[in-house]
Amino acid sequence: MLVPILVLAGLAIVFGLLLGYSAVRFRVEGDPVVDKIDALLPQTQCGQCGYAGCRPYAEAIASGEADINQCVPGGDAGIQALADLLDRDPKPLNAEHGTVKEEKTVVHIDEQVCIGCTLCIQACPVDAIVGAAKHMHTVLTDECTGCDLCIPVCPVDCIHQVPVETTLQTWQWPFPQAEASRA
Amino acid sequence: MRKLWHFHGGLKLDGHKALSMQSPISRAPIPQRLTLPLQQHIGEPAQPVVEVGERVLTGQVIARAEGYISAPVHASSSGTVIAIEKRAIAHPSNIHDTCIVIDTDGQDEWVTSHETRQDYLQMEASELRNRIRDAGIVGLGGAGFPSFIKLNPGTQQVDTLIINGAECEPYITCDAMLMAERPREILDGLLIMRHALNARQCLIGIEDNKPDAIRALQDALTPEESQFIEVVTVPTRYPAGGEKQLIRTLTGQEVPSNGLPIHIGIVCHNVGTAVAIARAIHYSEPLISRIVTLTGQAIAQPMNVEVRIGTAMQDLLEHAGLDTAKLARLLMGGPMMGFIIENPDVPVIKTTNCLLAMARTEVAQEVPAMPCIRCGECTRVCPAKLLPQQLYWYARSREFDRVEAYHLFDCIECGCCAVVCPSHIPLVQYYRFAKSEIWAKDREKQKADIARERHEFHQLRLERKKREDEDRKRKKKEMLEKAARGNDDKQAAIRAAMERVNAKKAAQQQSAASNKDTSA
Repeated sequence: MLVPILVLAGLAIVFGLLLGYSAVRFRVEGDPVVDKIDALLPQTQCGQCGYAGCRPYAEAIASGEADINQCVPGGDAGIQALADLLDRDPKPLNAEHGTVKEEKTVVHIDEQVCIGCTLCIQACPVDAIVGAAKHMHTVLTDECTGCDLCIPVCPVDCIHQVPVETTLQTWQWPFPQAEASRA
Repeated sequence: MRKLWHFHGGLKLDGHKALSMQSPISRAPIPQRLTLPLQQHIGEPAQPVVEVGERVLTGQVIARAEGYISAPVHASSSGTVIAIEKRAIAHPSNIHDTCIVIDTDGQDEWVTSHETRQDYLQMEASELRNRIRDAGIVGLGGAGFPSFIKLNPGTQQVDTLIINGAECEPYITCDAMLMAERPREILDGLLIMRHALNARQCLIGIEDNKPDAIRALQDALTPEESQFIEVVTVPTRYPAGGEKQLIRTLTGQEVPSNGLPIHIGIVCHNVGTAVAIARAIHYSEPLISRIVTLTGQAIAQPMNVEVRIGTAMQDLLEHAGLDTAKLARLLMGGPMMGFIIENPDVPVIKTTNCLLAMARTEVAQEVPAMPCIRCGECTRVCPAKLLPQQLYWYARSREFDRVEAYHLFDCIECGCCAVVCPSHIPLVQYYRFAKSEIWAKDREKQKADIARERHEFHQLRLERKKREDEDRKRKKKEMLEKAARGNDDKQAAIRAAMERVNAKKAAQQQSAASNKDTSA
């Protein structure tokens, strides 16, 4: 009678220690689901979803607080990818958060008009605007994500959207026309 | 006789090669205007190093290579730079790209003397590569990959150097004519590449429909050279000139999926590239001209011409007697892999091997595509051993993960599947569409990763700034408090001193009073 009790108690202690140790030793930092969701988001950091950037939105999706159809730049393809990852049904983009741009844009500062107020520099989530107080500012076009957050803060309205130019490197073969109408 | 292997699939096509092989290679006149695109190769576009209005000489570098995978551009003739701007170029997109435009002066004055012959045996492999790079040499077979990179095997041992003279695509004869007329220069280029690669054996693969070329090269071989160089006749079957197909035919080896020939110890170069390398090393001549086949039923005198790079296609077609009334379609390249040129004012670039002006009778009837009936013909002819119909289904339904899983990127876009398709489905267009979609997604992913990193750094910076501001505030406050406390101490000291003085005075007065008392 005593032996089985002792054996079981011993096993319980051993496994308890093992589990306790591995909980400390193999602790997962952060939430891996958030990382996976964040990897699918376009990283525009535009805040149109209602959160202060792509990662906060990813956290909100993971906690069930936000729905998967709030990312405007991601569009339908982004919603589909999120739906696949989270095993949910895709749904159309929530129009409350805005509509998808027809073409990709970046911003351009009209340097003649810029007064050097630095407000756009502070608004830029990816530090893609360079300049200093009372000096002209300019946009690093390659780094601009097209979030347009700098446009409303400009007091002299010198920031404009410009479409991203197609180059030989970014040009894409179109979907074959011959069958496009039949498909 | 060397044992040859078979590659899977392929097609027997009508060659139409005799058309442009009636006369020897001639030189096209130097045009009045040269338009030199900065991107004539695979890799980063070159960066201009000349200014508008500057006089340039033949062979002068006008744009330098940018980054490792890139090639410089040289002035094809002497003249004045009149513009550096976006112009129409030969590309299926019809996108305009930056070009350097030169008005030639007709003197063709060279930047350096290039008459004395230099000995390649005196040069190290790295010096040979640098010279080939500086000469702007790219693969002249059509792909335009910078040649010096393929001559850098790293730690890999090179067993076989293959010179590709198969030229399997119909109508094109520029390589065949080059081999027949300038076999010595091809062998010179081969010897230089062999020296740079330290290759054990060299094979020159030529399709059996080019007897003149085979004979010329065999005759040009010295007995000593024939110890390690072999001219191999391969059966005529499209696409025998594809790099992987030629390697398979000559050596029986397969280039691994997603791999390069160098991974199995093989390097393959085109015959035109070999000649360009020979000129660059022996005479320090950069790549400023190439041989172009002008052919098709709409041309009065089909021919091969040596053309200065940057010459307008229109000038060349006129030179060969283009009948515009007959012209139904103009292609750059051959009928299988070429693409339509809508604006013939665009310039010849380093990779322009052929201009095919087809008359109406030559152009295949455009038949509307019908649904795929899963006959499997495409699979039978695919030289890359892929499943073209599966690729088609998945590309059509935009399931890009699946297309990649079916090895889309091993497709060489030879067009065999589309030729045999009984439903006339433009299969290659689907593969090109899928490839460029996948590349675009990769680019977007990269951009997103950079944006994420920059945003994280931005957050970090804001936090750091906040912390530093707080630190500064706290320190200031502490200092003020300390200063205030310091003031108190001083006041106390002064008060104490005053008290001491008062006490002293009081004591003196007292003692004075008592003195008075005693004296009184």
